[in-house]
Amino acid sequence: MTAAPAPATDAPVTEDGVLLDARNVTMQFGGLRAVGDVSMQVHAGEIVGLIGPNGAGKTTFFNCLTGLYKPTAGSVTFAGQPLPPRPRKVVYAGMARTFQNIRLFHNMTALENVMVGRYCRTKSNAFDAVFRLPRHRREEREATERSRELLAFVGLENKADTLSRNLPYGDQRRLEIARALATDPKLLLLDEPTAGMNPQETREAEDLIFRIRDLGLAVLVIEHDMRFIFSLCDRVYCLVRGEVLVEGAGDIVQNDPRVIEAYIGAPTVVEEDGNDA
Amino acid sequence: MSRFTSALTIPAEKLEKFQTAAHIGGIVAAALGIVSVLLPWSYAHEALDDVTYSAAPSPLQYNYIGLAVIAVVLFAAPLVLRKPGKARDWVAWNTGARFAGYGLLATGFVGVAAIGIESGGLINVDPGGWLALVAGVVGAVSGLVLFRSPEPSMGRIKTNTIVQIIAIAGGLAAVLFAAAFALGLSGAGAFLFYLTFAAFLALTLVRTGVFGWFAKCAADNKKILVLAAFFVAFVFPFTQNGSDANMSIATQVLIFSATALGLNIVVGLVGLLDLGYIAFLGAGAFTSAVLSGSLYSHIHWHPPFIVTVLISGCVSSFLGLIIGTPTLRVSGDYLAIVTLAFGEIFRITMNNLDGSDGPNITNGSNGINNVPELSFLGFNFGDAHQIFGIQVGRFANYFWLMLLVLAVIMVVFVNLNRSRIGRGWVAIREDELAAEAMGVNTFGLKILAFAGGAFLAGLAGAVKAHYDVSVTPDQYVFLESAFLLAAVVLGGMGTVMGVLIGATILKLLPEKLRFFSDYRLMLFGLLLVFMMRFRPEGIIADERRQLEFHAEDEELAEDVQEELIAYHDHFNPDAVTTEDLR
Repeated sequence: MTAAPAPATDAPVTEDGVLLDARNVTMQFGGLRAVGDVSMQVHAGEIVGLIGPNGAGKTTFFNCLTGLYKPTAGSVTFAGQPLPPRPRKVVYAGMARTFQNIRLFHNMTALENVMVGRYCRTKSNAFDAVFRLPRHRREEREATERSRELLAFVGLENKADTLSRNLPYGDQRRLEIARALATDPKLLLLDEPTAGMNPQETREAEDLIFRIRDLGLAVLVIEHDMRFIFSLCDRVYCLVRGEVLVEGAGDIVQNDPRVIEAYIGAPTVVEEDGNDA
Repeated sequence: MSRFTSALTIPAEKLEKFQTAAHIGGIVAAALGIVSVLLPWSYAHEALDDVTYSAAPSPLQYNYIGLAVIAVVLFAAPLVLRKPGKARDWVAWNTGARFAGYGLLATGFVGVAAIGIESGGLINVDPGGWLALVAGVVGAVSGLVLFRSPEPSMGRIKTNTIVQIIAIAGGLAAVLFAAAFALGLSGAGAFLFYLTFAAFLALTLVRTGVFGWFAKCAADNKKILVLAAFFVAFVFPFTQNGSDANMSIATQVLIFSATALGLNIVVGLVGLLDLGYIAFLGAGAFTSAVLSGSLYSHIHWHPPFIVTVLISGCVSSFLGLIIGTPTLRVSGDYLAIVTLAFGEIFRITMNNLDGSDGPNITNGSNGINNVPELSFLGFNFGDAHQIFGIQVGRFANYFWLMLLVLAVIMVVFVNLNRSRIGRGWVAIREDELAAEAMGVNTFGLKILAFAGGAFLAGLAGAVKAHYDVSVTPDQYVFLESAFLLAAVVLGGMGTVMGVLIGATILKLLPEKLRFFSDYRLMLFGLLLVFMMRFRPEGIIADERRQLEFHAEDEELAEDVQEELIAYHDHFNPDAVTTEDLR
């Protein structure tokens, strides 16, 4: 087995505090330019929003960052190091994500799901496991403890042994976040964490993301719920047709006529809650 | 409650008044069955291992009597236990009675049919045989009419540990006795009759809930169960009176099981379809044969067997790496095709390494013959030995060696399954992309499964070479790969017990049903089709697998969750409890 690098929390951050630095990222599928020339910085301990109408290329950009796609052009550096274009190595480097349509391991329990997240931070190999050597037993114990902590952190401590397919929708979203947190990330990428949630659950998700930031993590979040994103994020990027339209603090982006036009299409009508496209 | 509470689609109201009659009918049927064995079933000695005597049942017929007695108890109990109470709720009397009734019919039918075939016509069936068939029909009809019982509660009884251990010991002793008895039957008809009897007895026990209680005993004392099971397997050769025929079959079963368990890692845990797995067994066997010091081998280096075994495993896993590294990037159907081709390439290569074009390693299609018997510290595996005053032959020695290898393979399988690697494997099977995105080294883990499974097959192959005495390429054809896969699928992917049972069935049946050998493939084809239709998760279901096949079944999901909780509580009694969940 390949040895995992040291936990990302020890990795150095560049002097100006830039954790993620994407420069001129372009993703071209044949003739389709899904993401064009997008640059983005995320600083340590910052919550950054990424908004844009459907088909704007938000998830494609996420996939470029996390190694699922190899960008056609541009560079991505993370904590001063160029990001390897393999999802697994991106996780080792300290960047974890959730999925737009939940991708849990459905026939594993909540606890097991989170423990899969611990995989990249444990090292015991087949030999250790077969002979139940001390390293294996210590890591199993630690992984179980850490996973239970994380379940408690997201509020699922009573559902550790529930199969994830039996969890309610909101809990599945939170479990996915716990699983991502189990990889000890420095930057958490959330792809529409409140999709399909009711207002109550959305408020809880907001609270959870603030608590994650308080742990010292940076968060990059894709959302359609404008109220959610503007109350949550320090900075917001608005992506339209694969390109950054506006970037800045929440209220600036919120009141930018181009953003409103991109979402609603009629510049004369101004509604505070321009929900969804 | 549904409107139809019996197995028939007749409304409950109409059947209500026949209930008592059905109970009595069942008792009468069982009594008829017992009377029938007191009469001769046939005057032909060659049928059913001789059932010609009146008032002196043959050993086979004693089993039939046992089933009849169980049927009497099951049919009669609800008449006696009229008030609801513990004893009434513990056991699903009616449901069990129905299957006992089916059992009487099935054994009666197989008995009459076997007599007809083995003695050359139904003319040779005597009144006893016909009476047994009639008893079966009455029993089955009575069972059909009975209302189903509520879920039995026996599986939830709390039992003293000592009683549980005694139950385990008794159960295993019964299994040992049954296995020895079955192998001792000479005629194919008798064997089929016994198989039918055993299957329906097991089914009856499962349906009454008695089996649930045994399962709980076993689950509460897993370590004792495993040790006891190995002890039973260990003493098995002593029950054979030095007979080589049965020990030879038993050893083949063990070799087959060990290989199937290796395949189970690849197919059952990681979900990769491997259709050329037999090549790894073959690689182990050829390596072992070449290094065995056989006169036909062209390599004159003869290391001790313990070294040879490890080399065989390594050669196999090296082949696994060679085939896996380029192909594991593809998955599903593509991987199946590639591995299928690999199995054939292996066989043809072994056929061609005969010196005419390239090195002479395997003597081509002649293979390597006269592989010498193993010998440890003066203990020659080829000789018969006296142990505790009981004669055990050559095959018993290999049986014990294979038992050791199987134990090693089981430990590897179980321990890997319960580690970060096992979790990674299951994650890959569930959602490979998500696993990769969570930092699981999917490619590395797939290679590990491939090479690890191949290593285990190589171990089994090393013993097989000595057991078979000669190793030829045509022992390792695609059909064998298909049989291995069938054993895994039939028994239950991802489980140890299931695969052992599947391998036993697939290896034992063709040996005992030689007369059927022409139709062997057809029989297995039918068996697999029926399994896929009625129980796609295999005889013993892996909890997770069962869910994959019955995704819409909420009740099942709840059950599995309960089991996982119980399992978890069992291993982490101090951890956060799951009370809130219940």
